[in-house]
Amino acid sequence: GSCQGNSVERKIYIPLNKTAPCVRLLNATHQIGCQSSISGDTGVIHVVEKEDDLKWVLVDGPHPPYMILLDGNLFNRSVMLQLKGTSRVSGLAVAIAKPSPPQGFSPGLKCPNDGFGVYSKDYGPQFAHCNKTVWNPVGSGLSYEDFDFPIFLLEDANETQVIKQCYQDHNVPHDGSGPEYPLCAMQLFSHMHAVTSTVTCMRRSSLQSTFSINPEVVCDPLLDYNVWSTLQPINSSGKVDPEKEVIIVATRIDSHSFFWNIAPGAESAVSSFVTHLAAAEALHKVSDVHLLQRNIMFTFFQGETFDYIGSSRMVYDMEKDKFPLRLDNIHSFVELNQVALRNDSILWMHTDPVSRMNESVEVQVRNLLDILSNSSMGANVTLQEAGYSQPLPPSSFQRFLRARHIPGVVLTDHRTAFQNRYYQSMYDTTENIRMQYPEGLSPEETLEYVTDTAKSLAEVATVVARALYQLAGGANNTSVIQADPKTVSRMLYGFLIKMNNSWFQSIIKPDIKGILGDVPQHYVAVSSPVNTTYLVQYVLANLTGTVVNLTKEECLNPEKIPSSEKEMYEYAWVQGSLDPNSTSRVPYCVRSTVHLSKALSPAFELRQWGSTEYSTWTESRWKEIRARIFLVASKELEIITLVVGVAILIFSLLATYFINAKADVLFSIPRDPGAVAY
Amino acid sequence: ARERERGVPLFPRAFFWLVSLLLASLIWFISVQLSDRENAKLQYGLLVFGAAVSVLLQEAFRFAYFKLLKKADEGLAMISEDGRSPISLRQMAYVSGLSFGIISGAFSFVNVLADSVGPGTVGIHGDSPYYFITSAFLTMALVLLHTFWGVIFFDACERRRYWCLGLVVASHLLASGL
Repeated sequence: GSCQGNSVERKIYIPLNKTAPCVRLLNATHQIGCQSSISGDTGVIHVVEKEDDLKWVLVDGPHPPYMILLDGNLFNRSVMLQLKGTSRVSGLAVAIAKPSPPQGFSPGLKCPNDGFGVYSKDYGPQFAHCNKTVWNPVGSGLSYEDFDFPIFLLEDANETQVIKQCYQDHNVPHDGSGPEYPLCAMQLFSHMHAVTSTVTCMRRSSLQSTFSINPEVVCDPLLDYNVWSTLQPINSSGKVDPEKEVIIVATRIDSHSFFWNIAPGAESAVSSFVTHLAAAEALHKVSDVHLLQRNIMFTFFQGETFDYIGSSRMVYDMEKDKFPLRLDNIHSFVELNQVALRNDSILWMHTDPVSRMNESVEVQVRNLLDILSNSSMGANVTLQEAGYSQPLPPSSFQRFLRARHIPGVVLTDHRTAFQNRYYQSMYDTTENIRMQYPEGLSPEETLEYVTDTAKSLAEVATVVARALYQLAGGANNTSVIQADPKTVSRMLYGFLIKMNNSWFQSIIKPDIKGILGDVPQHYVAVSSPVNTTYLVQYVLANLTGTVVNLTKEECLNPEKIPSSEKEMYEYAWVQGSLDPNSTSRVPYCVRSTVHLSKALSPAFELRQWGSTEYSTWTESRWKEIRARIFLVASKELEIITLVVGVAILIFSLLATYFINAKADVLFSIPRDPGAVAY
Repeated sequence: ARERERGVPLFPRAFFWLVSLLLASLIWFISVQLSDRENAKLQYGLLVFGAAVSVLLQEAFRFAYFKLLKKADEGLAMISEDGRSPISLRQMAYVSGLSFGIISGAFSFVNVLADSVGPGTVGIHGDSPYYFITSAFLTMALVLLHTFWGVIFFDACERRRYWCLGLVVASHLLASGL
């Protein structure tokens, strides 16, 4: 068994286990996030539940520095800037607000990914920096501030209650005067190794890696993999014929929040990629897929939250001929952004007004918009154009436009500002997309239950699939193309509530079943691929691939089979579902066209760490992150203890010396009277 | 000559105490492994038993050390010029008790000392905030007790007053049991 904590230590400290830290991220010019001292920051706890409580911390309290337990509803920009400016605060613990703050909460920027999209002073300057439309008006930009004290999120309400109880017992001020020692205090450890900017930390890391035997790397670039798949198989190691046209469908699969690895991203990411997956499944079921004139590539970009890591890398690879497709092959581009919060079933189509000023592009965009509108006949989705004067919202399409004027459209549920009032925050969960389950269902039943949200997303997927079929040159009636709400519902359950469900377990490889552990989070992180990428890859393979009759040996080594066409397909040995009566699974081989492509910003490939053209986000490294509460004694008691101890030490030394000097007298053996010599 | 006589036996004495503690903990560990883990009362009883065994073993080692010193004393007396041993048994008793006490005190207090280095103090679960000071005084009392027990023990063994021996052992058990 594990080593138990020393019992004296258990008398002193209560560790806080269910916390999430705020970590330091760096880009080319700035550092954002939080930092603690190397041996943790300690402070007397003060519970702040309303604005007036702040006065005690900032002005009145007699025992600074304070460690604040902040109610989630007060976690806004004005309070945080007040705390940032004072030295009386040594740290912050935020209790998650239940229910979510009704006025909305978004620590992201008002203008997400500004400066890395297509609009700049050279291209559509009237649209740059959100001059025309502020996409995220609720955005406070808190995630992009730099704090010099640690900030932790308390996820467990029980732990928050323990801290409040300790505060009530020891720290509550009586009659305006200060509370007495011992006081309840908290210590937070989240020391970050990287400083200043990506340029500095990558320079230091590369110096270490080059010259040191035991290199101390201080930061890591954010990287992962994009998932892509084509409707008609292509040679993934070769090059596609320049005459062959491809339609790209894109969504992002990552999100972010103020705290590390807390990124539920229900509306900002999950809703869109689940719809995309359902559309891919619907299209693969069509019988004349191989006869279509144009190919369709389903692309899932990772890292889009951080200045378009995935899409900028794919564009770079296409330009440098490192990807099977080139930019010339792209016929058109369809992107799905946040699609779950439609008002009156309207889905908005956004286009880029600047590129549409070119006649040929305008014709193609018009065609695209018309096909989309036609596809929505008969479905419970109304497609409307966002308008010629509107720029594109923040989307991966903008990176493709930077390279080539491709006709494309971005589908969202908002016309101007986001409908999502919790964009890139910890509150962007199932409640945000109104996903509700009836009470008392078992996990299996919840997996299979079809929610209204799932039905609505399935309708969007149906429309998108039909439009894509027509765009690709399909001639048949599109009414047979239908996305399956059951699949959508299972995906929503798996990606938002519980990753470790029976369906996901049956479609992954046997040796990575350890990834299905935690509450689903969709942060891009630095070690790859993350759970989300794996799962999107395997779900896409399951929905669009075919089961082939190969043994495990053959499936894992397809080059040995002559007819396997290894370059066109990927083979995966998945563990299969559990037999109802036994404990063993029936594994099988899946052949699909799903591939991974590296999503690391070109700035790191080119070693241009100060680049303003490509994303330069890195995450700092750290040694330990933990939190604990305990009582602190007054300075007077500590000094008294020390002085008494030193005094007794001196006394005992004197006593020993005294005994030493008089040893003869003290320890003499009493002489026999008879032995006295005369 | 005086320093040499007193200084040398301090460390072997401490080592003897450590060995006794090791043996006692081995006995306790084996008995725990062999017993029923779930029974809390039994575990508590085993802990008490372990403590008692430790006390008895310490006293036994003290006796063994006494015997060793006696032998050394006789040997030295035989080879010395005036037929008397240069070391005084009383001094030995004091030193042995002191070293015994020091190592016992250090052993029991070092843990507490290590935890006092952190920012927190005892009390969040309701214990007294004066825990560290109290532990320090208790350890000091233990050191003094061991010193006195050493002196009394050696004297009792020397003069064959076995009731004194019994008194030392009984008071040691009592002090450990508090």
